[in-house]
Amino acid sequence: MLRLPVELLEEIYRHVEVTYPEEGCGFLVGQWEDEEDVMVLQVLPVSNTRVDSRHNRYLISPEVFLQVNREVEKQSLEIVGFYHSHPDAPAKPSDFDRDYAWFGYVYMIVPAHRGKSGMPQVWKLTEDRSSFLPESLILLERRDMVWQR
Amino acid sequence: MATVKIPAPLRRFTHHQNDIPIDGVNVREVLKNLRQQFPVLEKHLFTEDQQLRNFVTLFLNNEDIRSLQGLDTPVKEGDEISIVPAIAGGMRKNEVILTPEEILRYSRHLIMPEVGMEGQKKLKSARILIVGMGGLGCPVSTYLTMAGVGTLGILDFDRVELSNLQRQPLYVTDDVGKLKVEVAKKRLNAMNPHVRIQVHPVQLTSENAMEILQDYDLVVDGTDNFPTRYLVNDACVLLKKPYVYGSLFRFEGQVTVFGGEGGPCYRCLYPEPPPPDLVPSCAEGGVLGVLPGFVGAWQALEAMKLILNEGESLRGRFILIDAIQGRAREFKIHPNPQCPACGNHPTIHRLIDYDEFCGAHRAEQAIQLDKDWEITPKELKALLGSKKDVVILDVREPVEYQICHLPGSRLIPLGELPYRLGELDTSEHIVIHCHTGSRSARAVQFLRQMGFTRVKNLKGGIDAWAEQVAPSMPRY
Repeated sequence: MLRLPVELLEEIYRHVEVTYPEEGCGFLVGQWEDEEDVMVLQVLPVSNTRVDSRHNRYLISPEVFLQVNREVEKQSLEIVGFYHSHPDAPAKPSDFDRDYAWFGYVYMIVPAHRGKSGMPQVWKLTEDRSSFLPESLILLERRDMVWQR
Repeated sequence: MATVKIPAPLRRFTHHQNDIPIDGVNVREVLKNLRQQFPVLEKHLFTEDQQLRNFVTLFLNNEDIRSLQGLDTPVKEGDEISIVPAIAGGMRKNEVILTPEEILRYSRHLIMPEVGMEGQKKLKSARILIVGMGGLGCPVSTYLTMAGVGTLGILDFDRVELSNLQRQPLYVTDDVGKLKVEVAKKRLNAMNPHVRIQVHPVQLTSENAMEILQDYDLVVDGTDNFPTRYLVNDACVLLKKPYVYGSLFRFEGQVTVFGGEGGPCYRCLYPEPPPPDLVPSCAEGGVLGVLPGFVGAWQALEAMKLILNEGESLRGRFILIDAIQGRAREFKIHPNPQCPACGNHPTIHRLIDYDEFCGAHRAEQAIQLDKDWEITPKELKALLGSKKDVVILDVREPVEYQICHLPGSRLIPLGELPYRLGELDTSEHIVIHCHTGSRSARAVQFLRQMGFTRVKNLKGGIDAWAEQVAPSMPRY
């Protein structure tokens, strides 16, 4: 289960609508509450300029990952997963998504149809890497966040 | 002893340890020892054939080992090896899928190893801009649409004219007067509904070129003038995009690929544009109807090869097709280190005023005549009705004269005028005309300089004459 404050989802929406028709992507930062459940506390959009090369398949380069990881660990948080948009395509992982996915991270895919983002779907890779399984997403209202803190 | 830093998702396999001390003289050995200690890591880091998985990146301290000696990079006491996820996915280039309908449609591509499913997906991911939807733009867009290029931008602000239909097969007689890009989009989408056609019904300018071009992977040239060609070239150099060049003149066609990585650009070949008027456009010089199809199809082919990254590109090779001789010749072209656009010390860092660079303004100024030196078609008609002693001098080419001419006119092509002055008399009233008025303006200027004082230019040429006073006369 992935729990996400609604304003963070709004932030993700804004980001992928700006990047449309290109993909938008970023980090989901938070804490694992147990083996299965994760709480997202920050989203960090990644600048698209880093991925504009036609032959460069990486959305998030290892250098960026290292840098973000350092900053996140300082706050005693961790990178729990990633979001990316599928412009004019459904929120299902592609074969390519699966080839590059890590077991243990959550992957949120946000559809962006004609520049308007739609309800995301969260996925987790199975341990044998053979497939993605859908994960439930719980949106938290702002007051829940206050309560949470 | 080095320290291996484990990323969060893998810590469940390392008993939640972040930093694991491991022995080894190089990265390969450290990883081997790590896997011995935690065998379950194996399948997350390595493929079945023992290759590091493509989403796993290794850093020795702060350096990617690929920039060092790869897995053989030596490891010292106290070094830190980080396992870093390279996160990818969702990218358009790789995201595309082919529907069963598309698989059938492209089956003749798919069964060739040079294309195959992967190549067809590359085509579907590609974004190509065609500048100019005339003789070249029509075949280029037609073939690229049928081949399944995902996004095709078509740029042209012209409307379809009857004289286009001799060589521009996307348009039919009923389309005359309609915006070219609108008609083309409809036809192209009827050919292949899977292609996203983006229309740009604008003139490409220094102000909008970068913004328009940056959305595309490569640009195909279908322009008919030098300012636009230099503009497209410079924008492609600045944006590091390949530029598939094609051009036509009468029976001659040219094709090559400029730009991209290390390739020569148009300015390497032609640092300066030719003087205005030296090289006529299709409208002035004519073009054989089939030739644009030939050159445009070759351009489409080169664009496809660039997208597929297959075969030998025409980059660095310039093809000159002589259709009347039935010959094609190939010239080697090299990047010019002194090139102002792509050389070692480029001086062009942003787009300039290309009309000025190509002297288009100067050409217009040169043929600006005093009002007194001009006569309108209606005035000429009145003059012909009242006086008999007016000489009408036609300075067009003989082939144009055969299409239509004014009754009783004398034909002396502009180029022959200096040698045939003897055929004219300075005492005569002379009205000079050409097709649209620019060649005759130069003739008027020349004759005035030679002492003829009673010469006038027919404003708008025989075309305006046909339009305003002789509706039965054919126009071309």
